Amino acid sequence: MIIQDSDPSNIARLRWQCRRGMLELDVLLEAFLKQHYVALSPRLKRHFVQLLELPDPIIHAWCVQGQQPEDEAFAELIASIRATRVA
Amino acid sequence: MALEKQRFDTLILGAGGAGLNAALQLANADLKVAVVSKVFPTRSHTVAAQGGVNAALANVLPDNWHWHMFDTVKGSDYLGDQDAIEYMCREAIPTVYELEHNGVPFSRLSNGKIYQRAFGGQSQNFGGEQAVRTCAAADRTGHAILHTLYQQNIRAKTHFYDEYFAVDLIKDDEGVVLGALVLNIATGEPLLIESKTTLLATGGCGQVFRTTSNAHINTGDGMAMALRAGLPLMDMEFFQFHPTGIAGKGMLITEGVRGEGGYLINQDGDRFMEKYAPNAKDLASRDVVSRSIVTEVRDGHGCGPEADHVMLKVNHLSEDVIAKRLPGIRESARIFAGVDPVKEPIPVFPTAHYVMGGIPTDRFGRVMPTSEDNGAHLPGLYAAGECACASVHGANRLGGNSLLDILVFGRLAGHNIIDYVKDNGAHRPLNEAAVEQAMGRLQRWRTKGEGLTVSQLRNEFRKTMEDHAGVFRVEEMMAEGVEKVRQIREKLGDVRLTDHSSTFNTNRTEALELENMIDVGLSIAVSALHRKESRGAHSRPDYPKRNDAEWMKHTLYWNEGDKLDYKGVRVQPLTVERFPPQERVY
Repeated sequence: MIIQDSDPSNIARLRWQCRRGMLELDVLLEAFLKQHYVALSPRLKRHFVQLLELPDPIIHAWCVQGQQPEDEAFAELIASIRATRVA
Repeated sequence: MALEKQRFDTLILGAGGAGLNAALQLANADLKVAVVSKVFPTRSHTVAAQGGVNAALANVLPDNWHWHMFDTVKGSDYLGDQDAIEYMCREAIPTVYELEHNGVPFSRLSNGKIYQRAFGGQSQNFGGEQAVRTCAAADRTGHAILHTLYQQNIRAKTHFYDEYFAVDLIKDDEGVVLGALVLNIATGEPLLIESKTTLLATGGCGQVFRTTSNAHINTGDGMAMALRAGLPLMDMEFFQFHPTGIAGKGMLITEGVRGEGGYLINQDGDRFMEKYAPNAKDLASRDVVSRSIVTEVRDGHGCGPEADHVMLKVNHLSEDVIAKRLPGIRESARIFAGVDPVKEPIPVFPTAHYVMGGIPTDRFGRVMPTSEDNGAHLPGLYAAGECACASVHGANRLGGNSLLDILVFGRLAGHNIIDYVKDNGAHRPLNEAAVEQAMGRLQRWRTKGEGLTVSQLRNEFRKTMEDHAGVFRVEEMMAEGVEKVRQIREKLGDVRLTDHSSTFNTNRTEALELENMIDVGLSIAVSALHRKESRGAHSRPDYPKRNDAEWMKHTLYWNEGDKLDYKGVRVQPLTVERFPPQERVY
């Protein structure tokens, strides 16, 4: 699982799936993928893949507007994404 | 390996509101429909439209489509075609009801009717009291519509090609479009989709500017495909800018910040809007505030190490006021500008938001290939949404009319395609030479070796567009910009990919997007240079007045030789009296 997650083609797929309908998510998710994804635990990697499957307004509410995910499992990942430097 | 081919009655490029609403009409009529989208359909930029859809339902206050039409004509600064505007405002009503019946979860009034809110630029009784016309699904209207249309299309068995990039249209020797060559982003394999009719619904092109509120996907792909197919783009000089985007990033900071007492300052801490708009100051109209910001920066009063932005000061407001009245702003500023607005001002610069121009169509979505206003259209080719120009926004767009445009004209294009396919039931013979030409566009990027990177040339291009074809438009600077963009177009030949892999090769996709953006960027720069007046979103300090005698006409741009031509505004509505041009004051 870990080897598969680090596969460059998988990273490439995730990078394309960070292309969203909202600029805020494009910038934030792409920066997070580039800076932090490879070093994530297998559990957080799984959560990130699951997060990308969610609708944009939900990801926006959690990652940009600061709403707490109802599913606690996402909380740690969302906190990391919100701390990403996008400069 | 032989090129894979598929056949459909209709090919739709783009899966935003226009593409999906057209697809639904067609699939419900049992046509075989393919929708190609470079991202998963519900991640199209329509999802970012929060405000709502204008329709004169009169659920809150008295209203009718004729008042809506007046506001839209006036908002267009009299450059909109009045027949198309009448049509859109009338069709708004059945379009919204159809969406409701399809399951869009509109917010509701206490009497059960669709909730409507007030937006700027909307009036009752031809310029009277504020109207309440914008139908909304909380603050997620675009998402609600997109999600519903997608689900309905799945039910109706529309065939989706998700994560496929449209490379080029395929035409025969008579100029009839036969479909398109598309690229499977996941595998890198091309696919030829043959179709009896093709609808371009690829959205806007805000990414041509360095600072934009548009998502990364908005690279003008359909517009550029139209240009390469020998078709014109219309009124591309009309680009709506929002004055306060986060500097260097583009995310919108709502006007509500200035409404609550926030104000703009330059590097000396001067409240410069007092100089440009002594009465309205920071609440002056969008174009005035945008131009003032750019003027400050150009005059050397900008902030930051590059002196390339100004500051929006809100830290004189209490933390409580910011939390209560401006929720979200603090978080956005913290994440994207790295500042806490409670303590420090927010770096801002005008951000490119919406293009009024696009592929010229009549009110049925049929693409019009010439400057002759004789009803001539290209058989079987349609365009709808932000990539198209049915000329309902003219020189400036009203809030709530962008979702309306994509939904109405997507739906009507669908209806027209159904009729066309009834009369033209057979596929035309494939033009192998055109297929080869389109394949050449892919093969060009297989060249290896040293060269410029895609991101290097893209950065240079977007900065050039911002500096020379953005908010501040004077002759000399724009002429210089056109030359610079032409040189950038020449440099495309020197660009090499850094990644030649097949699977999800974003580098290759971004190269194809850059080609598209440069073609579209030139259409903006050239069209803007030659319009010597100020109208709507096109503002020329060297020609500060609207000039109806000479310029009440549409610009048409062809990329071969950067040719321009013009055609008159259609001022005669369908069933009512025309609205003669007046000074546009609010």
